[in-house]
Amino acid sequence: MRPSRRITITFGSLLILCMIGSVVFLRRLDRVRTGATLEEVLYISSPQVLKRMSLGYDGLLADIYWTRAVQYFGGKLHKGERRFDLLAPLLEITTTLDPHLLVVYEYGANFLAPPPPNGAGMPKRAIELEEFGIRNNPNEWRLYYNEGFIDYMDLKDYASAAEAFDRGSRVPNAHPYLKLLAGSMAEHAGDLRMAQMMWSMTFQTTRDRSIRANAAAHLRAILVDQDITDLEALVARYREQNGRPPASFADLETAGMLRGTPIDPLGDPYKLMADGRIEVRDPDHLPFILKGTPPGYVAPLPKFLDSAK
Amino acid sequence: MSGRIVHIASNTFREAVRDRVLYNLIAFALLMSGAAILVGQISIEIERLVVINLGLSAVSLFGMVIAIFIGIGLVSKEIEKRTLYTVLSRPVRRWEFIVGKFFGLAGTLMVNAFFMAVGVFGALLYVSRHFQRADSWVLVALYFIILQFLIITALALLFSSFSSPLLSAVFAFALFVIGSFAEDLRGFAALTHGVMRWLATGAAYLVPNFSALNVISSVAHQQPVSGQLIWYNTIYALIYATMALCGAVLIFEHRNLK
Repeated sequence: MRPSRRITITFGSLLILCMIGSVVFLRRLDRVRTGATLEEVLYISSPQVLKRMSLGYDGLLADIYWTRAVQYFGGKLHKGERRFDLLAPLLEITTTLDPHLLVVYEYGANFLAPPPPNGAGMPKRAIELEEFGIRNNPNEWRLYYNEGFIDYMDLKDYASAAEAFDRGSRVPNAHPYLKLLAGSMAEHAGDLRMAQMMWSMTFQTTRDRSIRANAAAHLRAILVDQDITDLEALVARYREQNGRPPASFADLETAGMLRGTPIDPLGDPYKLMADGRIEVRDPDHLPFILKGTPPGYVAPLPKFLDSAK
Repeated sequence: MSGRIVHIASNTFREAVRDRVLYNLIAFALLMSGAAILVGQISIEIERLVVINLGLSAVSLFGMVIAIFIGIGLVSKEIEKRTLYTVLSRPVRRWEFIVGKFFGLAGTLMVNAFFMAVGVFGALLYVSRHFQRADSWVLVALYFIILQFLIITALALLFSSFSSPLLSAVFAFALFVIGSFAEDLRGFAALTHGVMRWLATGAAYLVPNFSALNVISSVAHQQPVSGQLIWYNTIYALIYATMALCGAVLIFEHRNLK
């Protein structure tokens, strides 16, 4: 019996229509259920219970939770939100399910520690995460480095940072820079040079593009902050000597204080304002700068997982 | 035409009800609800939670098992027993046979779900002594479970139309598991790039979304379910089941039964 052509056409067309319809409604469902996969964290917040419930498939479940954490953080960051309440539980669940998933400790520190809008502003939770990582992976020097980094940058606890770097430097195959960082901490704690050293190390040692891009952006910001500090000092000296601020960088050149128009790390010349302040030409492309922005400037929303430039 | 589908559906229903395996599974589901009472008594302050979680999970899992194991045999068993030739020698079209089988099994599952739901509500009444307004959300969760049954029945029929019962069961069960993580799958797809992203997104949209149909945890915590979600889930489940059924009809229409 030959199949009926009419039936084939009818059901074939219906099949295609249903396929399109299912995608349309799935997208609508996704909009209604934003963050629905995270509801479990509210209901089953105990990582140990989840580990037991995973019936031995804890590695797979850890991967799933890690993806959820990344999406949760990325989604909130993209919307410019400042509360990341579920981030720490998501990361804790992930690391309990798979304590050897090193990427969680590295990224987790980057997500948790920095203050909003660039992170969750939970440096102490980030330290707890790193400590958990160190207990389970004592030979991973990067974990000690991450902990020291958070101690230094976010908690300003230089003694703890030095201790973390020192512990890390004693791990087999540790990066030799760790010993240097531990040693320099006492002398240079709190100054820009130290921060520059640490971001340089992050930039040089990470294999991850987004962490590298983040480190590069911080290094550029440190350079800008240093440049502007130096330039504003020159302007102040000029004002002292001449009783008026310089009208342009050419005045500073004529006075022998400067050679050429100074440029920022993006290659754009700095702007000398009438009141003697120094501004960057394009602050939107120089995230993390503390100086050189126009009065009342609001930085754009931070980008997530940007490629290294 | 509709009369023939109704006849096939009612025969399928009667056959399924006569099936001993089916009765055993219902008995086991009721037993699970009984266990819920026991667990509820030894738990502190979470009796309702345990009863709803365990009861609804039992309804869902046992219904799924019934849907898969009966669904995969709907076509192959008829071919094996040669009863299909008797049916098709009458003025019954192949697509009517498939659609009738689908409605027959769907009806069986709804009746099963009804009795299991009675068991769950009975257990709930036993531990709480009275019903609360929030318990009405349990009905929504049960409705979503029935929508899941429709999808898995259509999928079991689809696989049954071209594959052996064993492979059909494996395929259907695998899709159930994958579909339960459908939202995570789309999350994974969103993190990929290039061609991989297109492929992963396509696959993520092709698998059934069972996770949106699972609100057991939230209703157990007395969280309301939005009307929009009920509406979208209903349309989505009907569309998906129709899609799988169309696939089954198309394959079965072209299948050489000699």
